[in-house]
Formats: sequence, structure tokens, C-alpha cells
Amino acid sequence: MDLEALDIARWQFAITTVYHFLFVPITIGLSALVAGYQTAWLRTGNEQWLRMTKFLGKLFLINFALGVVTGIVQEFQFGMNWSDYSRFVGDVFGAPLAVEGLLAFFLESTFLGLWIFGWDRLPRALHASCMWLVHLGTLFSAYFILAANSFMQNPVGYDYNAETGRAELTDFVAVLTNKVQLVTFPHVILAAYMTAGAFVAGVALWHLVRGRGQQGSEDRSMYRSGARVGAWVLLVAGLGVVVSGDVQGKVMTEVQPMKMAAAEALYETEEPAAFSVFTIGTPDGTTEKFSVTIPNLLSFLATGELDGRVEGINPLREQYIETYGQDPGATYYTAGDYTPYIPLTYWSFRFMMGLGFAGMAGGLAVLWATRRGRAPTGARWTWVAVGLPLMPLFANSFGWIFTEIGRQPWVVFGLMTTEQGVSPGTTTGEVLTSLVVLTALYGVLAAVELKLMLTYIAKGADPYVEPQLRDDDNDPDRPLAFAY
Amino acid sequence: MELTTVWFCLIAVLWVGYFALEGFDFGVGMLLPVLGREERERRVLINTIGPVWDGNEVWVLVAGGATFAAFPEWYATLFSGFYLPLLLILVALIVRGVAFEYRAKRDDATWRARWDLAIFWGSLLPAVLWGVAFGNIVRGVPIDADLEYVGGFFNLLNPYALLGGLTTLLLFLTHGAMYVALKTDGPIRREARSLATRSGLAAALVAVVFLVWTQVDTGSVASGVLFVLAALALLAGVAAAGSAREGWAFVGTFVTIALAVAGLFAALFPDVMPTSLADGTSLTTTNAAATAYTLKIMTGVAVVFTPIVLVYQGWTYWVFRKRISVHHIPEAVLAGESGGDQPAGSR
Repeated sequence: MDLEALDIARWQFAITTVYHFLFVPITIGLSALVAGYQTAWLRTGNEQWLRMTKFLGKLFLINFALGVVTGIVQEFQFGMNWSDYSRFVGDVFGAPLAVEGLLAFFLESTFLGLWIFGWDRLPRALHASCMWLVHLGTLFSAYFILAANSFMQNPVGYDYNAETGRAELTDFVAVLTNKVQLVTFPHVILAAYMTAGAFVAGVALWHLVRGRGQQGSEDRSMYRSGARVGAWVLLVAGLGVVVSGDVQGKVMTEVQPMKMAAAEALYETEEPAAFSVFTIGTPDGTTEKFSVTIPNLLSFLATGELDGRVEGINPLREQYIETYGQDPGATYYTAGDYTPYIPLTYWSFRFMMGLGFAGMAGGLAVLWATRRGRAPTGARWTWVAVGLPLMPLFANSFGWIFTEIGRQPWVVFGLMTTEQGVSPGTTTGEVLTSLVVLTALYGVLAAVELKLMLTYIAKGADPYVEPQLRDDDNDPDRPLAFAY
Repeated sequence: MELTTVWFCLIAVLWVGYFALEGFDFGVGMLLPVLGREERERRVLINTIGPVWDGNEVWVLVAGGATFAAFPEWYATLFSGFYLPLLLILVALIVRGVAFEYRAKRDDATWRARWDLAIFWGSLLPAVLWGVAFGNIVRGVPIDADLEYVGGFFNLLNPYALLGGLTTLLLFLTHGAMYVALKTDGPIRREARSLATRSGLAAALVAVVFLVWTQVDTGSVASGVLFVLAALALLAGVAAAGSAREGWAFVGTFVTIALAVAGLFAALFPDVMPTSLADGTSLTTTNAAATAYTLKIMTGVAVVFTPIVLVYQGWTYWVFRKRISVHHIPEAVLAGESGGDQPAGSR
């Protein structure tokens, strides 16, 4: 296997996964919000809530379409580009993937079909529960795929079989209750709610700011309430993201200390360790030109104690070499044995947190500006509306970039390096074709999706129409409530 | 029965489900420019599969995931070996899936025409390529002693596999036409029925050659029986279509595809991917399998959840059982534009 194909395969995985995960959190979070709005309408009969259900439902579907099709690539590319990885972990890693398909994908796709086309076919409560089942499907899906990912971060519940040369499952429950998984799942799900909250808040705020004075008071109250609901979801979920992220940091320090050191670019062990908010210097950390640091913060993030000891990259590297032998990928990872690419881990960690906090600040600002019946005006609020959904969205991307880059050079921590996992038989030309084709296709689809999304956001919620069940006996020719 | 055999059968079931279900929605996609001459007819066609195509597609995802879990070596060799055809299938499934959702989202003839092309090619390509892929799996491909596929791309385009591709293409086309005849009303229904009869005969001709070839090369008693039954089911389906019994006609092609795929798996067993090299190693249900523990866990999950899935997926078909015709298509051009309901007066 030449190194070039490995690079290309890694780029493809990075691009397709980050891209896929732009749609995933909105699917997870927005399915709950749409179902919530529909349930609120069912309970109260408030027409605004049905209008919001349908409005957000349309945006949900535009997003969902790309989430589904880019998910197919994810399942195929383990085998296509990472066949040695698949051989090595298939016995452990394949099971959650198969269960995800059986439990989650069928649930999501079937009940979404029923929801989309079922407005005039299903009784109201049953119809609303279809969207809740879609949401349940997204949670199942997230649980099983994150369990698979957590195995890569912290392999548990397996034995290495020297004869077959692979990791073999010994305890499925242990894989599903991996301590990394137990904290990653809430972190990811809450981040998804946060993202969807920011999305709804941004969309509603935009209508509130732009439409003021032109629309009836009903629309104004609907969008104002939408902005507040979204902002509350964003804030409450955001707090949960902070708390779960904090616990996650400590678990990470325990099972992947190098990742925590790489998050701070901490080369030597410190006790207590400071956290740098911002640094300008050379990437290898040897010279530091300027930095803003908060004393003791890294100690707290990593250990929960203000004067806790945080291991540095250099001693950890020595330790890893002693434990695992010379890194077989050392020639490839020029940064050195067992060391991820530090500038990327350092900055992605900060962008993840910075954008997350900025999103929460935006949520607070929206709540403040809409307090007691107020509605904000002015161009700068339009910018808040546009920027707000993007912050948690990209915070998610940086979170994944951090956690996956921070695991390098391992593909399964302590067991297999990324370099060892790549398909030995595929040619550079094949992998390059795949990268170019998928990237180009994803680029075109991104442009199409964005344009559609903006068009449908700008159209706003349709007027209220009372949903009616079909009565085919009396009026068999009545048009369908919904048709493609 | 050994767990590895159970899982070989379960994976066969997943592929049977995938081809018997997605087969007809591929067929409907291919028939879009044939039966849908004007916009309303095209929308009728798309809406016959609108609520179900995505659920049908999940069968292939579960088949892939189950292969990964139950036969990791098979998954690894197959997916890395059949690289470019799988990439093409991926691209096709991506543009097709997006097309269904986005097509009606803009009132613009060019926009819709482009997505129509995406639906057509996105249905046709996988319909052919899955046949080519399965042809190659059954026939055997160059796999070395390390279980790596070493055949390259053009090795996959041999006459037998291409005939397999033509077989699935014609079968799915017929299956789709049967489905349209069953799910629509008006002129489109009659045209679909007559087309199904003609394409069904063509499919029967090609399928018989392909299945006989398979039987001679790698067949067993079981595969022979299944192939004969498949051929009979196809002829019965075509005959039913000829006498306007659309339900039975659709059952006919459904059973044909199910039996033919089952027959291919029977011909494959106990290999999962035989090698064509003298010094290569065939992947079998034994040497490609996961551990007994993993298979046991997976069996438990499958036994509990597969029936549940079948029940609710079946229920969807019941909910959307009514035929649709052009007057059911709402006036509003944008999907969902009509909101929750179309007032009767706006027809």
C-alpha cells in the first residue's frame, strides 16, 4: 500500500464524514422539534403550531434527503477504502452497524414516509407519533454508530485473537456501555438538539426581523414564539453539552491522554496546567509568540481538580513507545511517533468550544431581545439570525475533527494504526476517482440544498389549513394531501 | 443448523427483500420517461413509490451491515474488490434519492427534467450493476490466498456477469411495470400492463439463459429447483398481466425475483465468494465468518426485530394501498404547497 492512497482515503473519509454530519444533527434535533410542535398543536388546537410543524417539516425533509444518501457512502466506504480495518474489527464493529440498520434505518425511513404522505391517511395522534418514531430512529442510529466509534477510541469487550489476527467480540454489552460511549452519546445528542434549536431560532428570528410591520400580528407572534422556543432549546441543550463535554474530557484524559495533551499542545507535563485560549507560535510548540492563558483551567478540564497533573506529549510519546513498540506509522506521521497533528487538534478543540459558546451567547441575546412581547429590529439582527444556526453546526464539525484527528495515528486505539487499516488491494487511481467524484457530487448537492433551503425558509409558514382524513368511499377522486 | 449457515440464509433473505422491493421502485424509475409522457403522469409514477422507496432501500444497508457483522472477510473483499461498480451504485443511489425529494420543490421545467434524468439513470444503473456484481460473485473472481480481490475492473465485465446485469434490468423493469399497473388507474395502468407483458417475455428469455448458464456452471439441486420455480412464476405473472389480474401479476414477478435470488445463493453455498484462481482461496461461510458469539448476538437481534420491521413496513403498504391516477395529483406545483389538505374546490 503506497502512502498516497492512504492520504486520499483519509481525505475522503474526512470530507464525507464532516459533510454527512452537517445533516445528521439537524435530522436528530429537528425531528424532535417538529414532533413537539405537532404534539402541541394536537393538545391545544393552536393553529400557529400546526403551521410551524409544516414549515419546519419541509425544511427537515430538505435536510433529511441529503443526510440519508450521504449515510449510504459511510457504510460502503469502510469496506471499499478500509478493508483491512474491516477485517480486523468486523467481528466487533459490524454488529452495531447491522443493528443500526435493522433498528434505526427501517424505523426512520418507513415512518417518515408515513408522516410525509400520511396527513390525510392517518388519524392525527397516530400521524404525530410517526414523527416521534422517526426521532426514536435517529436516537437508535446515533447510539449504535457512536458505540462503534467509541470502540475505536477505547476498545472494550473484545479479545485479540492472534490466530485469526483480529479483534473478536467477547461482551456486546460492554461495547454498548463503553464509558466513552456513555458520555459521547449525550454529548452528541445534546449538540444535535442545540443545533436544531439554533436553526429554529435563526429561521424564526429572520422572519420576525424582516417581516415586522408587514405581516399580521399572528405571524409575528408565531415567529417570536419560534425564536424563543429555538433559543431555549439551544441554551438548555447547550448547558448539557458543556456538562457532558466536561465529563468527556476527563474520560478522554484517562483513556486517551495523548488526545488531551494534543488539545492543548502541551508538550511537557504540568501540574497545575493552564489552558491557552489563543496562541500564536510555531506549530511544534517550541516557540510561543503570544498567548492568552487561563491558569489551572486545563488541569480542571482534564482531571476535575484545579491543580491536577496533566501529562505532556513528549513523556506520553515515550510511554506509548514503551507500551506499543515503535509506531509503525512513524515515517508517515512526520510529527513524530504516536502524535496526532497538533495544530489541528489545538485549533479544532478551540473552534468547537468557541463556536458552541458563541451560539449560546446568541441564544441568550435572542431571549433578551424578545423578552416580554418585544421583537428586535435592524439589520444586525438579521445577521444574528443568519449566523446563529451556523455556530453549533460548525462546532459539531470541529468536535469531530478534533476527536478523530486526536486519535491518530490509531484507527483503533492501541490496536491498529490508520495506516494498517487501509485497503491493500485498491489502487491510487481508484481511490482518487472516488474522492474526486464524491467531492464534486457533494459540492453540487450542497449548492442545490442551500438554495432550496433558503428559498423555503424565505417563503415562511403557509396559512393554516385544517387537515382532513380522506374518505375514499364518498370522494375517491379527491386530490392527495401531499404529493411529490 | 450451524450459525454460519443461518447467517448465510439471513443475508440471502436480506438481498431477496432488497431486490424484490427496490426492484420495483428501480423499475418505476426506469419507466418514468416511458410511461410518463406528461408532467402529471410522471408525478403519478413517482408518487406510487413516494412513501415506500426509502424503506425499500434500507434493505441493502442492512444487508451490507449484516455482511460486515456476520462475514467480515466477505464484506472486506467484496467492497474493496468491486470498487468502481460500487462507487457507481453509490453515485446513482445518491442522485436518485435526492431527486425524489427535490424534484417537486421548484416550479421549473428544466429543474424537473434534470431530476427526471437523475431518477432514470439512478434507477437503471444499479438495476444493471447489482446483476453484474452478483453474476461475478456466483461465477467466481480472482481472489488470492490472502483473500484479496486481484482482478481489476475490466475482469468484472465478462459476458456471464453482463448477462446477469441484463437479467436484473429486465426483471426489475417488468416488476416496476407490474407495480404501476397495480397502483395506478386510467391509461397509464393499461399501458403499464401491456408493457409488463412484453418486457416480461423478454425478461423470461434472458433470465432462462442466465439461470441455465448458472446452473450448468455452479448449480446444485436446490438452485435448480428454485430456478425452475422462478421461471414458472415469471410466466404465471406475465399470463396474469395478460388477463388483467394485476395483483397476481405483481406477486408473480415478486416471487420470480425472490426465487431467482434465493437460487443464486443456493448455487453459491457453501462459498460466499469463490475464487477463480487455482492457487487462490475461496471465501466460504466458514473462513469468512465472524465468531460464534457475535453470530449468536446478531441472531437474537434479528429474531426479535425482523418480524417487527416486517409488520410496520407491511402496514405502510396497507396505508397507501389505493390506486392513484392523474386527478389525485394536487394542482399546487410545489410539493407540500397544498399544505395539510387540498380544499375540494381547488381541483
